[in-house]
Amino acid sequence: MTMDRREFLKSTGMGLAGLIVLPETINHSEIASEDAYGILYDAKACIGCRECESACKGRRDIPTINEPELDADNWTIIKLYQEDNNQSVYSFIKRNCMHCIDPACVSACPVGAMQKTPEGPVIYDETICIGCRYCMAACPFDIPKYEWEEVFPRVQKCDMCADRIAEGKHPACVEACKIGALKFGRRSDMLAEAHERIESDPVNYVDKVYGENEVGGTSVLIISKVAHDKLGLPVLTSSSLPSLTWPWMKAVPGVAVVVATLMTFLYWITGRKLKVAVQEESINDSNQS
Amino acid sequence: MTAISHSNRSQQLGLGTLVLGFFSLLGLILVVYRWINGLGVTTGLTDGRGWGIWISFDVICGIALAAGAFSVAGIVYILRLKEFYPILRPTVLTGFLGYALAAFAISVDLGFPHRIYYMIYNWNIHSPLFEVGWCVMIYATVLALEISPIVFERFNMKAPMKIIRAITIPLVILGIVLSTMHQSSLGTLFVLMPHRVHPLWYSSILPILFFISAMGAGLAMVIVESTWSFFGLKHKLETRLLAKIAKIIPIILSLYAIGRFTELFISGDSIYLFTGDKYSYLFWVEMLIFVLIPVVLFSLPSVRRKPMQMFATALLVVFGLILNRFNVSLVAFSAGAYAPSWIEIFITIGMVSIGAFVFALAARYLAVFPHSADEKTKVLPEEKKKIGDLEPAYSPVIYTSKQPIEGKTLTSGPISRLE
Repeated sequence: MTMDRREFLKSTGMGLAGLIVLPETINHSEIASEDAYGILYDAKACIGCRECESACKGRRDIPTINEPELDADNWTIIKLYQEDNNQSVYSFIKRNCMHCIDPACVSACPVGAMQKTPEGPVIYDETICIGCRYCMAACPFDIPKYEWEEVFPRVQKCDMCADRIAEGKHPACVEACKIGALKFGRRSDMLAEAHERIESDPVNYVDKVYGENEVGGTSVLIISKVAHDKLGLPVLTSSSLPSLTWPWMKAVPGVAVVVATLMTFLYWITGRKLKVAVQEESINDSNQS
Repeated sequence: MTAISHSNRSQQLGLGTLVLGFFSLLGLILVVYRWINGLGVTTGLTDGRGWGIWISFDVICGIALAAGAFSVAGIVYILRLKEFYPILRPTVLTGFLGYALAAFAISVDLGFPHRIYYMIYNWNIHSPLFEVGWCVMIYATVLALEISPIVFERFNMKAPMKIIRAITIPLVILGIVLSTMHQSSLGTLFVLMPHRVHPLWYSSILPILFFISAMGAGLAMVIVESTWSFFGLKHKLETRLLAKIAKIIPIILSLYAIGRFTELFISGDSIYLFTGDKYSYLFWVEMLIFVLIPVVLFSLPSVRRKPMQMFATALLVVFGLILNRFNVSLVAFSAGAYAPSWIEIFITIGMVSIGAFVFALAARYLAVFPHSADEKTKVLPEEKKKIGDLEPAYSPVIYTSKQPIEGKTLTSGPISRLE
């Protein structure tokens, strides 16, 4: 009995400790090693020619029609920002998958159809996707899009041309950019270059590399002369989203063991009580008779 | 207590049941239509809003409201409060229907419904949805086994009955474990999305809040469905038992409120409480009308003596849970504009109707509600003579609190043997 109680308290304590474990950052450095590739987008240099859009569609044999928003066919898009009261203040902004270092979509997908490759791209496996669309809800950048018109719709998003990278080539959009607003290379090099560009021209750049720390860092980095939030880039904290859920998911097996132990113990206790009561009853019966 | 027997057992199906049958059929037809034509044409969902009322209501609310099953099973088998046995079967049946329909709704919502089983061998242990999916699959099976005796009894199958009785306790424990896991993981689902869920609903302890509120609303659902079926099916209303359940609910809801407010103040999100926008009003409606008022009402002994007042209060708790889950997943969830299509709405109505329809049929032809022995001898024999009537379902023995030691003579009773 004493042993049982001690063990019970111990396991309960462990379970509670598992429940209130503080959110810790998952060390994804082995995945997002500094060797992983990244893309630097310089919005100040971008002239909005949309060659990147065409190249992206050309790679997938989709006719080039300019759409205003990202959708299942449009994996990347150039948008124009103009200040309301002063239209001479403007900037282009290229939107596409940010290829987070610790992506919410990868952690959300129940079947693991979203994967972060060691090279940097976040890729999608349409052969195992069940179509739950949790990735679309989980993405802080609203990137994964759906083939709504299909009977069996797939999720669509930029894959950083993972196939081209494997062949040693640059992503199609980067290759298409003639004026150097897009640059491809190791993420660490891209980050260093981003800071260099800002330092060399501090008047024309906002002193911030978007994607350096957002949701734990992204493989796509953006610098611009207009504040990033005005360009439609969400304001996000530096902690990765999966680091919020992982402590809970991690605690699940422990909680299960604790609950099972607790219930078995309770069952045993109530059974014992009943047994004692039965014995007392039979003693009373025999006394009466 | 008013003990009303199954006097209308052999009557034709009532109008209510027929209406339920109609909406069930309509729902099923629309489900097939959706499977053939895809989500784009049949729903109001867009790239900006990937989850609609099927996820918010059928899945998230459905599972939470079915939480009564594990609580009552635990009360009867683990705490061995056998007086609660009369409400066990209807509760477990509701639970099973809730989970089966949630799983069905998921298969309607999935882009690749035929791949629903992929989760069995493609694992992502980081995904809350993976865990929810697994738990729902296993728990639906557990509930099916727990409720299977009503079918075995009906056809007098002794062998499977014996097996189920032997594994009842492990099943009940497994059910409690699985429920703890996935009721909370439904909250973890939204912990991943601080950028979407409004700060008044987003909470770092959302999994705990989801678990506690599901327990409260699950028990309220026991009161709702018992009272409801008392009117519809004229079985005995266990007012005394329901009153005991009603007594627990304020404790659970208070825990919920304390947890929610504490987290709001610790995280600093309490600044949103009095902003005067629609979210702050929604929050206070949720907490005052659907949490505080039920806590006060259920704490009053006078309310717990009157079935209709208990029913109304329990309905408040159930609506409160639905409102809360809708707020978390739809209203206070920042995403694209969305209005459900009529197909989405009628499929959801269909799902609820299927649940109620199957429940009504089961209550009619199977021993869902135990009736006392004298009732059985008094009423059933003459009813049996009626043409076209089915054999009366086996009625399990009723255990009353008068019997001091239930275990003594009941080694082969429906309740698992006591050693």
